Amino acid sequence: MAQNDTLVNGWQPVIGLEVHVQLLTNTKLFSPAKNKFGQDANTLVDFIDMGLPGVLPVLNEGAMKQGIKFGLATSAKIAKTMIFDRKNYFYPDLPKGYQITQLHFPIVKDGIVKLEDKEIRIHQAHLEEDAGKSMHDQYDDKSVIDLNRSGVPLLEIVSEPDIRSSSEAVEYLKKIHQIITYLDISDGNMSQGSMRCDANVSIMRPDSAEYGTRAEIKNINSFKFVEKAINFEIKRQIKILESDGVVEQETRLYDANKDETRSMRTKEFANDYRYFPCPDLVPTNISEDFINQVKEEMEELPEEKEARFIKEYELDVYESKVICSNKETAKFFEQVSVKTDSSLAAKWIIGELNALLNKYEMTLPNSKINADNFSSLIQKIKDGTISGKIAKDVLEEIWNTGLDANEIISSKGLEQISDESELEEIAKNILQNNSKQVDAYKSGKDKLFGFFVGQVMKETQGKANPQAINEILKKLLN
Amino acid sequence: MNFKQQRDAFRERKISAKEAVQNALERVKADQNNIFINHFETEALNIAEEIDNNFENFKGLPLSGVPIAHKDIFCTKNITTTCGSKMLENFKPPYDSTVVENCNNAGSIMIGKTNMDEFAMGSSNETSYFGPVDNPWNKKLVPGGSSGGAAACVAANITSISTGTDTGGSIRQPAALCGITGLKPTYGLVSRWGMIAFCSSMDQAGPFSKDAFGCAALLDAMSSFDIKDSTCSQRKEINYERCLDEDTKSLKIGVIKNLESFGISDSVLKAYEASLTILESLGHKLIEVDFSELSSGICSYYVIAPAECSSNLSRFDGVKFGHRTNKQQDISELYMSTRAEGFGDEVKKRILIGTHVLSAGFYDAYYLKAQKVRRMIKNKFEEMYKDVDLIFMPTTLDQAFEKNRQSEDPNRMYKEDLLTIPANLAGLPAISFPNGFQNGLPTGGQLIGNYFQEDLLLQLTNKIQEVTDWHKMTP
Repeated sequence: MAQNDTLVNGWQPVIGLEVHVQLLTNTKLFSPAKNKFGQDANTLVDFIDMGLPGVLPVLNEGAMKQGIKFGLATSAKIAKTMIFDRKNYFYPDLPKGYQITQLHFPIVKDGIVKLEDKEIRIHQAHLEEDAGKSMHDQYDDKSVIDLNRSGVPLLEIVSEPDIRSSSEAVEYLKKIHQIITYLDISDGNMSQGSMRCDANVSIMRPDSAEYGTRAEIKNINSFKFVEKAINFEIKRQIKILESDGVVEQETRLYDANKDETRSMRTKEFANDYRYFPCPDLVPTNISEDFINQVKEEMEELPEEKEARFIKEYELDVYESKVICSNKETAKFFEQVSVKTDSSLAAKWIIGELNALLNKYEMTLPNSKINADNFSSLIQKIKDGTISGKIAKDVLEEIWNTGLDANEIISSKGLEQISDESELEEIAKNILQNNSKQVDAYKSGKDKLFGFFVGQVMKETQGKANPQAINEILKKLLN
Repeated sequence: MNFKQQRDAFRERKISAKEAVQNALERVKADQNNIFINHFETEALNIAEEIDNNFENFKGLPLSGVPIAHKDIFCTKNITTTCGSKMLENFKPPYDSTVVENCNNAGSIMIGKTNMDEFAMGSSNETSYFGPVDNPWNKKLVPGGSSGGAAACVAANITSISTGTDTGGSIRQPAALCGITGLKPTYGLVSRWGMIAFCSSMDQAGPFSKDAFGCAALLDAMSSFDIKDSTCSQRKEINYERCLDEDTKSLKIGVIKNLESFGISDSVLKAYEASLTILESLGHKLIEVDFSELSSGICSYYVIAPAECSSNLSRFDGVKFGHRTNKQQDISELYMSTRAEGFGDEVKKRILIGTHVLSAGFYDAYYLKAQKVRRMIKNKFEEMYKDVDLIFMPTTLDQAFEKNRQSEDPNRMYKEDLLTIPANLAGLPAISFPNGFQNGLPTGGQLIGNYFQEDLLLQLTNKIQEVTDWHKMTP
């Protein structure tokens, strides 16, 4: 991709993303409380998460493993020794008055995320604890706090400012999403806040040696909003610079309802977080053995899976990419392939099944489609029991009912009619009843052949084997 | 009765646990020195009765049937734990600290919680929200701090053992000023779980008793590996009480060159010199060591400790527990008024210093430099321990002083910790024992050991106490 493609009105956007990912672990980062979403307020809270006096944090090894997995997936350096720091600030949903995070010695450093046409460098990824949740809209006269989220382990993934457009930002984000969901690092659910994104955006002239002043846009919670927020911010900065103004270094908030970013605080009011090493946690050494153990437990990466599918199931590059774009689909494909033709299954997954999933905004696990009912459908297409056209209807029926393809086909009598004498009988009747069209055809109107096919299909409710009907009609008409 | 006599009396069924507790409670009620913040009658008597009813199960435990007082910095389940502050005046923790749990399991009976400097910040016990503690030797004088109540409790014979904590000398200095024995263990030997944090990288709990024997038994009870404290060390357990009987070989004991140049009073120096003679007479060799870095310790300490405290005390914001102001127009006012009302002046001062030294633009000049000095002192000790087994010096510059000196000269008060701070910076174990009596007041000598050599410190102190009587003196 030529660099110029990313210019906006002659300005070069420069973007870096900070992605917060909630880690899938049994318990919280430093306490034995359960790490779970959607429970009653303040039911998953240990003394440690409340910041009671005298309690102490103990590192959850599971969270450490998740961080290492991400590092391995992005060919990054895993720290030999990682150190936790305290980030000090007052907020009611931050019970200790500080957040335990990693500043100078993060678990992961210097990774690479490969996009279609370029590589985005990861500056670092560090472990930290999430804060609780303040709620201001439940009562008129008070705010309330839910500490279930307090202490939930996060991995904050910080990219270098290598991203040059909003669409690249989305591609990067989707890639991160793919990695973390593939490796079960996180459920990646953006609407539940398991994956949140801050964007650092600046613009400069393409020949400039220095980046422009950046604004940080906080808490963007969908792929769509990332694109919109960045686009808005680029336009806003262009407008300022083109009217000889100065872009202020500040933190801005994206308002999805108004599709705009708003100033939250400027640099002068930025917090001084007074970071220092957390004395309650000793520096944690990560041994080669431990990393190797994680490596062994780790699942296949998307790229590895793509390559394997091409080799093992003879998919083409495009098919393999689409099938492997998320773990559920890839897993589903492999389950189906055990039972039936993998090449035909791939085509139906990429085409009709994906279309249904998109149409109803569903994912495979929460749909009624499963490997059994889907592979029975593919098998019926493969052996010619039903036509492709009927198969689409059957798929819809499975989608709605979850029934097996065989059941639907036999109960509705949808088997393809391939019996030649039966088809010939039907064809003869059609031709007899449409003698005008037969005459016209014979006098050179070739296009009418399709009309006859259509009539047969209508008569058989689409169950006629198209190939057989073509041959029979040709024989009868010539 | 000292600890051993108390425990023997119980074990030999000469006195029941209940009687021991009743006697101790009588002394608590008669106390005129403001030693206790809280004491417990019904609860203590119930536990004592249970122990008496199950005598066979309890008699073998290290602290069997012995009443104990805990510094009010240790959380006690469903029992008010104030840390000497208005902020926690009504705070009832839903858990026991590991130290309290260990002492309970060792057969002791908690009769009360002792007074202390607010959040352990102070060297005179005058910063307590609950008022100062009087030195049992002279009511006009301070008992030292921050574990002033705990030391006074043993000195005044209310209990034979008590627990304390030591961040910059808070066990050893009051032990010296009250004429008893107090040990600060190696950082990480005793769990910090449930002990309200002041400076997490130096806070360490330890025992008070009249003598090395009581300290050894209490340390046996207090120390344990604790999975809930990541800084707690996992090591082979030593039975300190049993170690006391072992013979100390001839030790090389380091003594500081030019000690008099650090501003030590004549009376303390006199006792120190007498101790040197005793050490030699016990067959130990004195080796002079250069420790000119000693005085920089105090500068490092008064940067690092406030830095950590400013962060550790952020949780007291009136949102979840502890004091909450009535003025709460908005969240800022809730924070500011709660903290303005809940903290005393010394605590506020240290929070301010700590916040400043961690601020952008000052971090390198203060916090980072202080950490370098800390490392330097640690290295210096390592170097010294190549040549010597232990280091001996006085515990304090002077004997117990009059109240209100703090407000007159805060720097002098901070300097009070000069000789105790190095062991905290390096995380080393150190013991203070009574080594003289001048002007009607006790003095303290201090032995600093290498890491996890509590056994050696207790052995040597025990040997000294076999040939001296300072630890037997009573106000």
